[in-house]
Amino acid sequence: MAYTFQFRDVFAQRDAIVDGLVLTLELSAGVIALGFAIGVMVAAVLVYGKPWARRIAAGYVEVIRNTPLLVQLFLIFFGLPSLGLKLDVITASVLALTINLGAYTAEIVRAGFESIPKSQIEAGISLGLTGPQVFRHVVLLPALRNVYPSLTSQFVLMMLATSVVSQISAAELFHAGSIIQSRTFRDFEVYTVIAVLYLGLSLLLRMGFSVCYRLFFRR
Amino acid sequence: MIRELSGTDVLYLVMAMRWTVFLTLLALGGGSVVGLVIAACGASKNPALRYLARGYVGFVQGIPLLVWLFIFYFGLSILGYSLPPWIAAALGFSVYAGAFLGEIWRGALISIPRTQWEAGTAIGLTYLEQLRHVIIPQAVRVAIPPTVGFTVQLIKNTSLAAVIGFVELTREGQLTTAATFQPFAVYLIVAALYFCMCYPLTRYSRALERTRRVAR
Repeated sequence: MAYTFQFRDVFAQRDAIVDGLVLTLELSAGVIALGFAIGVMVAAVLVYGKPWARRIAAGYVEVIRNTPLLVQLFLIFFGLPSLGLKLDVITASVLALTINLGAYTAEIVRAGFESIPKSQIEAGISLGLTGPQVFRHVVLLPALRNVYPSLTSQFVLMMLATSVVSQISAAELFHAGSIIQSRTFRDFEVYTVIAVLYLGLSLLLRMGFSVCYRLFFRR
Repeated sequence: MIRELSGTDVLYLVMAMRWTVFLTLLALGGGSVVGLVIAACGASKNPALRYLARGYVGFVQGIPLLVWLFIFYFGLSILGYSLPPWIAAALGFSVYAGAFLGEIWRGALISIPRTQWEAGTAIGLTYLEQLRHVIIPQAVRVAIPPTVGFTVQLIKNTSLAAVIGFVELTREGQLTTAATFQPFAVYLIVAALYFCMCYPLTRYSRALERTRRVAR
């Protein structure tokens, strides 16, 4: 192989990489928090809602889970302006990713809710707990504990999927890579560095989630 | 020049679905080869092989698919090959699908109780005969529903090949948008076409899962 790897040009552009890294982290944190909240609400509707509400929630989950994120993003960023709703890059990114993650989270948390036996809820009520107390202590926390591994894998996948918003020019980590590539033409080196950074991020995120598990669910 | 969105455009979008299917099949084919090796290593008795399999899965799943596609797209040109985007896409997808399929199939293999292996030994089957007649037929039943479910993920993820210039459904949508400037209608059609491919498979996977649970 007559190719000399030159990482120096890439490292000279580390400011762009750091900026991208920061935006990736911000996007991931925001989207995971919002998507989780939406997912829990939709899952509650799926399991405990009225039939018409259930049908709407199920429709949302199926439509999102059976179409690509990239197309959802394009529909929101390029499509909505023709209906008179023009969103800036970051808003469109957060919206698309949140809607996407909400559907996946809802499906996972629904399985968690269904894993709670009805007798548990009845036991909670007979102990004199109020509705919200039963939901919080008897349903939500045990359900989240049961689905914690799949839930957090989904969050890690979502962190990696934020790379897709580079396609509408959100200046996150992958986009920073494309910019540096066009400045230096060191394609392979650039994407190697980007890959290593994503790998580090996902390892950190996994470690963080296992610490969270010990904090919240230790019995 | 901007023109109206016509029936011909819709027809072109429908026709572009075949490249999405083609890429999905390539990814499934390549991913199966990688996945079988990873599953066999991951379920083996040798701890070194198990670590290797786990390392591969963690490594591949820790990097976005988009980055994998670019690494293969640019990496191959560094090695001196000038390959069309579909080969880079096929390689990138094989590496990616291999990790997920390997993990699914490893789970299926280790879900078969040890006693099944021992029963095979007791009636005098060799290792390969045990695998062929006892273990794999049962493991396949466990593995099919999640494999179909992952195929849905693959179909959706082939949309990312648009980014390295492979003309499949999403890329065709971008091209049609550039010509007609009706992004909302075009991407709505594109989304609907993906839904038509994915939703039946999702339903199928769920039905398989249910019959399996009833059978047990």
